[in-house]
Amino acid sequence: MAARKAPAIWDPAIVRSALINSLYKFSPRVLAHNPVMFVVEVTAAVVTVILCADLFRAGAGLVKFELQIALWLWFTVGFANFAEAMAEGRGKAQADNLRRMRTETQAKRINPDGTITTVPASRLRRGDVVLVEAGDVIPSDGEVIEGVAAVNEAAITGESAPVIRESGGDRSAVTGGTTVISDWIKVRITANPGETFLDHMIALVEGAKRQKTPNEIALSILLAGLTIIFMLVCVSLYPFALYNGTARALSLPVLVSLLVCLIPTTIGGLLPAIGIAGMDRLVQRNVLALSGRAVEAAGDVDTLLLDKTGTITLGNRMATEFIPLDGVSERELVEAAQLASLADETPEGRSIVVLAKNKYGLRGHNLSELHASFVPFSARTRMSGVDLDGRHIRKGAADRIVAFVRDNGGEVPAQLNAIVENIARNGGTPLVVADGPRVLGVVHLKDIIKEGIRERFERLHAMGLRTVMITGDNPLTAAAIAKEAGVSDFVAEATPEDKLRIIREEQAQGKLVAMIGDGTNDAPALAQADVGIAMNAGTQAAREAGNMIDLDSNPTKIIEVIEIGKQLLITRGALTTFSIANDVAKYFAIIPAMFPQLGALNVMRLATPQSAILSAVIFNAVIIIALIPLALRGVAYRPLGAAAILARNLLIYGLGGVIVPFIGIKAIDLLVAALHLA
Amino acid sequence: MLTNTFVQLVLFTALFTAISVPLGLYMARVFEGKPTILDPLLKPVEGAIYRMCGVYPVTEQTWVEYSISMLLFSAVGMVLLYGLERLQQFLPLNPEHLGAVAPDLAFNTAASFTTNTNWQAYAGETTMSYLTQMAGLAYHNFVSAAVGIAVAIALIRGLVRQSAQTIGNFWFDIVRATLWVLLPISIVLSLILIWQGVPQNFKPYVHAKTVEGAEQVIAQGPVASQEAIKELGTNGGGFFNANSSHPYENPTPLTNLLEMLAIISIGAGLTHTFGQMVGNRRQGWVLFITMTLLFLIGAAAAVWIEQRGNPELAALGINTQANASQSGGNMEGKEVRFGIVGSALFATVTTATSCGAVNSMHDSFTPLGGLIPLLNMQIGEIIFGGVGSGLYGMLVMAILSVFIAGLMVGRTPEYLGKKIEGREMKLVMLFILIFPAVILLPAGVAVVTRPGLAGITNPGPHGFTQVLYAFTSAAANNGSAFAGLNANTPFYNVVLAFVMLAGRFMMKIPLLALAGSLAGKKTVPPSAGTFPTDGALFVVLLTGVILIVAGLTFFPADALGPLIEHVAMLHHQLY
Repeated sequence: MAARKAPAIWDPAIVRSALINSLYKFSPRVLAHNPVMFVVEVTAAVVTVILCADLFRAGAGLVKFELQIALWLWFTVGFANFAEAMAEGRGKAQADNLRRMRTETQAKRINPDGTITTVPASRLRRGDVVLVEAGDVIPSDGEVIEGVAAVNEAAITGESAPVIRESGGDRSAVTGGTTVISDWIKVRITANPGETFLDHMIALVEGAKRQKTPNEIALSILLAGLTIIFMLVCVSLYPFALYNGTARALSLPVLVSLLVCLIPTTIGGLLPAIGIAGMDRLVQRNVLALSGRAVEAAGDVDTLLLDKTGTITLGNRMATEFIPLDGVSERELVEAAQLASLADETPEGRSIVVLAKNKYGLRGHNLSELHASFVPFSARTRMSGVDLDGRHIRKGAADRIVAFVRDNGGEVPAQLNAIVENIARNGGTPLVVADGPRVLGVVHLKDIIKEGIRERFERLHAMGLRTVMITGDNPLTAAAIAKEAGVSDFVAEATPEDKLRIIREEQAQGKLVAMIGDGTNDAPALAQADVGIAMNAGTQAAREAGNMIDLDSNPTKIIEVIEIGKQLLITRGALTTFSIANDVAKYFAIIPAMFPQLGALNVMRLATPQSAILSAVIFNAVIIIALIPLALRGVAYRPLGAAAILARNLLIYGLGGVIVPFIGIKAIDLLVAALHLA
Repeated sequence: MLTNTFVQLVLFTALFTAISVPLGLYMARVFEGKPTILDPLLKPVEGAIYRMCGVYPVTEQTWVEYSISMLLFSAVGMVLLYGLERLQQFLPLNPEHLGAVAPDLAFNTAASFTTNTNWQAYAGETTMSYLTQMAGLAYHNFVSAAVGIAVAIALIRGLVRQSAQTIGNFWFDIVRATLWVLLPISIVLSLILIWQGVPQNFKPYVHAKTVEGAEQVIAQGPVASQEAIKELGTNGGGFFNANSSHPYENPTPLTNLLEMLAIISIGAGLTHTFGQMVGNRRQGWVLFITMTLLFLIGAAAAVWIEQRGNPELAALGINTQANASQSGGNMEGKEVRFGIVGSALFATVTTATSCGAVNSMHDSFTPLGGLIPLLNMQIGEIIFGGVGSGLYGMLVMAILSVFIAGLMVGRTPEYLGKKIEGREMKLVMLFILIFPAVILLPAGVAVVTRPGLAGITNPGPHGFTQVLYAFTSAAANNGSAFAGLNANTPFYNVVLAFVMLAGRFMMKIPLLALAGSLAGKKTVPPSAGTFPTDGALFVVLLTGVILIVAGLTFFPADALGPLIEHVAMLHHQLY
């Protein structure tokens, strides 16, 4: 399905609620989790107190200056609050949509004695069994234990086409809030009220349960450390100025302004917003990350494990070619193959019929008209076919058909072996067709590589990832498909246990591994992987083992997840670099304003000392607002090598970070002077 | 003049580059315990030392054990030196009958030499007996350098090892550093110095009659043996008060060159030791080139500024241009033997490394010329730096650079495959924080309190620079003095001693903890998506981060010292 539509950055409804919410965030208790902005708030309070005292004793000029400084310091905190509230607001908008789905429903609980009681969904407990019939809303998360039904999951996936949910197998999980549109199912409830998938999802997108991720914590330590260094600088500056004889010009509001300009307020103010927006971008692509840690880990993934079927190739093998043996006409082979497949409902069988029709114009026959009897595929015979008019047409694996022909007293031409091997070498599956004692030829079944998958792998490899294809095929076939799809490596004849083993091996080398899975037997591997994405359509076990859930159940989604993880980290790094680089210009604005003897350092030619300080403080506040769109949208990610990305971002955010504030502060100073603000 | 500068700088750079590579690779073998050419000679000595001290060098230590060993070893050495200074009048080898060193000065000196700072609030020839110089000061010149190297090696091990609990053995590291690296080079260098005229004796001072009939006392002593390790171990504590501008410490242009090479070679060589031990020589070259780049910028600036001289002199009609008969520029406080380039280069070398030996008076440099040595130290002594401390300081900056900018490649930051997470950042920030804290805060106290102000001998910004320089030099464990500041007072002796101890040990402990933390991590193998730390781009980034961090921290302070003084000079006001 198409990704959920992201709200516009300045969506009026979100802005309105963000404005209100940012007021709550002024509470020191809320701000304490963000040391940088907490320091700004304290300084704002200090300047406000000084302003109040000066109201009665200082001249109008000084009061006007201090009033503006105080206001802009409060704005700095407010803007950071607003950035966080904006990011949360975007999540809330999504959560509200979800909440609407969580209307109170009635459930038909099946009692142990088989009777049915109607109870409110909120009273269901884990282990209860309920009956859900066409038209009912599934009352809570659960697993289908009986029956098959078409379920509309638009409520959580946004996809309107119904999906099949059935007991057993890998499509047994159902989600509360979705609707059964045909047939009936019995569901064993797997979640207590308040713990359902929908509840989790609402909490996640609202950011209510948000915890700082490891990298965010490390970055906060860096920012706190820088803040302490700049506090040392500003504290020691006062005695230095006393010695210098210029302490009179160095009022507390001026010193505090320098401190606020130097500490990394830009990244400090935007850091929470970046994290929330990253989760939000995942939700827009219908992926739910159960922890922020997983999103970060996605950016770090070194190795990607991919199931061949469904991820790299379309689910099923398709017939692509009929190869008759010498002395057999192509038409005879096609006709026999078609007859053998008419009643064969497997995708391979159907693809033979389709190819026969498309390529050779052979119409389908009606088996009952032909008085034919169908021989279905069985694990013992490993072939299928049809008996009609005394003919025994069979198709199947080469060794079985050879045995069948010999049993019927036939000869196997040497040519067959060559054809079969040639097909296998090229990654295909040879299906030999025989009519009694005669071998007619071979149908070439081929795995169809998904369109565009090769390009996607090239993107991944450019990012430095290694892709490993996991398949149950024999090594020859696997190698051919791996080559065609362009994966870095493959594991053939793999069992589910192999996945777990491969993940452990990679991790032992220090690598981070991502994988996608849906079946119950994927659960251990999903749990072991650093990034485990469970298909929403998969089993409950798989969904619980993964740390992300793809609501679309689209295996190639992992590539987008990795890109979002990388984008999140890049955005953080870019804004940190930008924030620190900004300080250079601020020094050149404030130091000459503090010490008139150093007028030569006033390279921006700012109008007056007061306007210089005010301009720096205003720039420092306004840049937070200006960068909100970048924080929410994220820095554009390009799949290039690390060196190329680094050079590019260093140029934009490092060098740009040095230059931009010189221009910005000068422009604000011109405005301040023109408006006679200082 | 330009040609002279250029030739000297290029020649010097070429020489230390050529020396650093084989020396660095040799040191890698020494600390990895691989066979070396000196083994037949030194193995028995090494074994004897271990047996005598009852240490088992094969026992690996955790970072806590390593730190405790280091602290105990240093503390005992410091107490012994203090005792030696206080009791020297009762001990032999004191032909001049010098009395006990005052308690505050003895404490300051003990801290100074234990921390590899060699800040000297005394004049050697009138304060310290030959025994104190040899057994106390020269001993610390060796072992404090060895401790620095040991800690650097421990950090390298932290980066190399995977999922390990330990970072090596402190005793093994210092014994190897002393026997295999410091001693052999010192012996050779001492012999060359003796050949060039540096004294090595226990004679009493010579009393000579000058041509004018005045009496001159010419100090003697075991100078050569102490001079070599003074440079090699980036200690810098002169035998005489005049340090390397004294003709007995630095008699000829050849010794001037050799001493500068000795100062820089181990610090430069350790970058290659690092590259070799981490299994990627390019990683070492990146650090080496970054250091060289910063060094050349400083040296070129210092020479250029000093050569321009003082505009006030030019305004008086005095010829300050260089010509065949004079070197021109600002020659105040410089030896005519060394000239502008020899002095400015030495000043850069001695402050880029944490040596602190001087061959000219930095106090007499022009304001901006004096800013260069100050900046070199404020950068954190990582341009080659102190032996060992330069490398680990640079590695901390590399980790910081990787953390700040590394996110921009879209992976959580890693250096040499080690993820840099919360714990590492805490230790890195602690390391980085302590340095400005122990410079700016005490300097702030000194410039507003009576005992602090009493030591200032020049008014205005120049006096401020004296104080700032003293605390910077002490915290950076450099030990060079701006001169001018009267530092032998109880206030400066005690405060500076604590600053030196904090600048050394309070920074080493988070560093060893960092080594321990890194050793415990897995190493992520590099891929195309890994932040590249072995190319030109990283040199640019690292240089930028180093300059920005130091600049942001010290810009206001430097503005109030050298910058204001410079502006005042342009307005015809001198201090």
